[in-house]
Amino acid sequence: MRVYLHLSAAQIRAQLQYRASFALDLVATFLISFLDFLAVLILFHNVPSLAGWNVHEVAFLYGASAVTFALAELFVGHSEVLGQHLRTGTFDILLARPRGTLFQMISSDLPLRRLGRVAQGAVVFGYALSGAHISWSLGRIAVLLSMLPTGIVIFASMWIAAMCVMFWTTEGGEFANAFTYGGQTLTQYPINLYSQWLRRFLAYLVPTAFVSYFPALYVLGKDDPLGLPRILQFSAPVVALAGALVAAFVWRVAVRHYRSAGG
Amino acid sequence: MIEVDGLTKRFVVREGRFRRTRRTVEAVRGISFTVERGELLGYLGPNGAGKSTTLKMLIGILVPSGGRVRVAGLEPSRQRVELARRIGAMFGQRVQLWWDLPLIDSFELLRHIYRVPADRYRTSLARFRDVLELDPFLHTPVRQLSLGQRIRGELTAAMLHEPELLFLDEPTIGLDVVAKQRVRDFLVEINRERGVTVLLTTHDLGDIERLCKRLLVIDHGSLIWDGSIAELKERYGPERTLIVDLEEPAPPLQIDGARVEKVDGPRQWLRFEGPAAELTARVAAAARLVDLQIAEPDIEEIVRRIYGSS
Repeated sequence: MRVYLHLSAAQIRAQLQYRASFALDLVATFLISFLDFLAVLILFHNVPSLAGWNVHEVAFLYGASAVTFALAELFVGHSEVLGQHLRTGTFDILLARPRGTLFQMISSDLPLRRLGRVAQGAVVFGYALSGAHISWSLGRIAVLLSMLPTGIVIFASMWIAAMCVMFWTTEGGEFANAFTYGGQTLTQYPINLYSQWLRRFLAYLVPTAFVSYFPALYVLGKDDPLGLPRILQFSAPVVALAGALVAAFVWRVAVRHYRSAGG
Repeated sequence: MIEVDGLTKRFVVREGRFRRTRRTVEAVRGISFTVERGELLGYLGPNGAGKSTTLKMLIGILVPSGGRVRVAGLEPSRQRVELARRIGAMFGQRVQLWWDLPLIDSFELLRHIYRVPADRYRTSLARFRDVLELDPFLHTPVRQLSLGQRIRGELTAAMLHEPELLFLDEPTIGLDVVAKQRVRDFLVEINRERGVTVLLTTHDLGDIERLCKRLLVIDHGSLIWDGSIAELKERYGPERTLIVDLEEPAPPLQIDGARVEKVDGPRQWLRFEGPAAELTARVAAAARLVDLQIAEPDIEEIVRRIYGSS
């Protein structure tokens, strides 16, 4: 952990070498992601509810998903850095050091401009809490608080697993992005909106429904329009743990397939 | 220190833009050698011969397809982290320093990555600052360093945790004469003074000739030479050259036991084997000499011959 702090501090110092560019990036990221939520507001201007969810409830899903995704992306979404390592063969250097490669990849970047997206998600989530009717209880607060770490872990595991594809293709950055950004976009809306195969995909294969949809049902006190077992609403931590284990395993396999580059 | 037995690495290469065909390429074909503690040896071979691939298997970067490797008693691909603590590696063409940060910051980060105790780090760094003269650019961002300065930084980075064994992949590539000499002096110093075992791959035969007693030569994935440089010269380059300056230009001399290779005005180059004294006497009897010198075969020529014959 101390090493991570040292490495991250170094990354931040490196970014501050280009101050103006950094500030512009941060503001731009916030504004662009804000426009994204504007689309949701415009939608609700015309319809009162979406598959049984009102604007504050959708904002709850959207905000929870946006904050956790942006944080996961901030900490582990380094597909550009990894792509560069794999293309140029500098991944060699990570392998020559006495630390886990996954740890070193994660600590090799901390693009703070992505905090712009975290801020946007937090604003949307604040808007959701201000308008949604939640009858607070200890259980609801606990589930609400657990959404942050579990969401980050689920998305981070997705990032890692998707990035592993690059060990085989070298140029899979786009694939990883489609997978992760795509998966995230879907979690911003209630999953009962989607067709059944897509719902199954989100719930079981790429478990992003556990980031926002299932815990939101409980916190907001909604009946599951799909009538799925209630236990799913509390399963996010287990799913997060399983996701992390799968991601770590896939990473191990991928590293053993690393072929380096000529030189 | 290093034991390699029948080491093999195969890559599957996919070719063709549309119709993909798979082909297996053997980059390293069952090579075997051992290296004792304290040796400084060179690993030589043309581009694509398998040098870097071997090195990467010794460090644990690549997983061997066959054979056995032991480095410092460990199996590199399985005990990579443990091994990394005990070895240093420098890749001339890969930057391990942090590009946007001052050089000293990279050293600080490596100190934490390698868990070097603070006092050991201080004395170690002080020594490198002295030997490699790092002070003038210690606080300069790495991206602004000259190649020579950066390589000195990379060497320090590879040595800060005081490894027993140092792997260098083309450490002097692209350096000017002065910078090259500084790197070579440094390698000799750490090898002699601290008993660090050094294995370096290079294209630069000057490195080999000045640094290494022992030489491994690899070509097309197979080890074609393992021995001292002196033996190598004896085997592949027993011929020496006698260069004579005659009083005036003459047709090529006809001398027993030598043949004229080149004539340039009054100067002639004669290739010969065996002792030089007799030949010199014979030449002196055949023509009027002004001056003469004997040239040893240079390693560059010998290596060209080895590559040609394999």
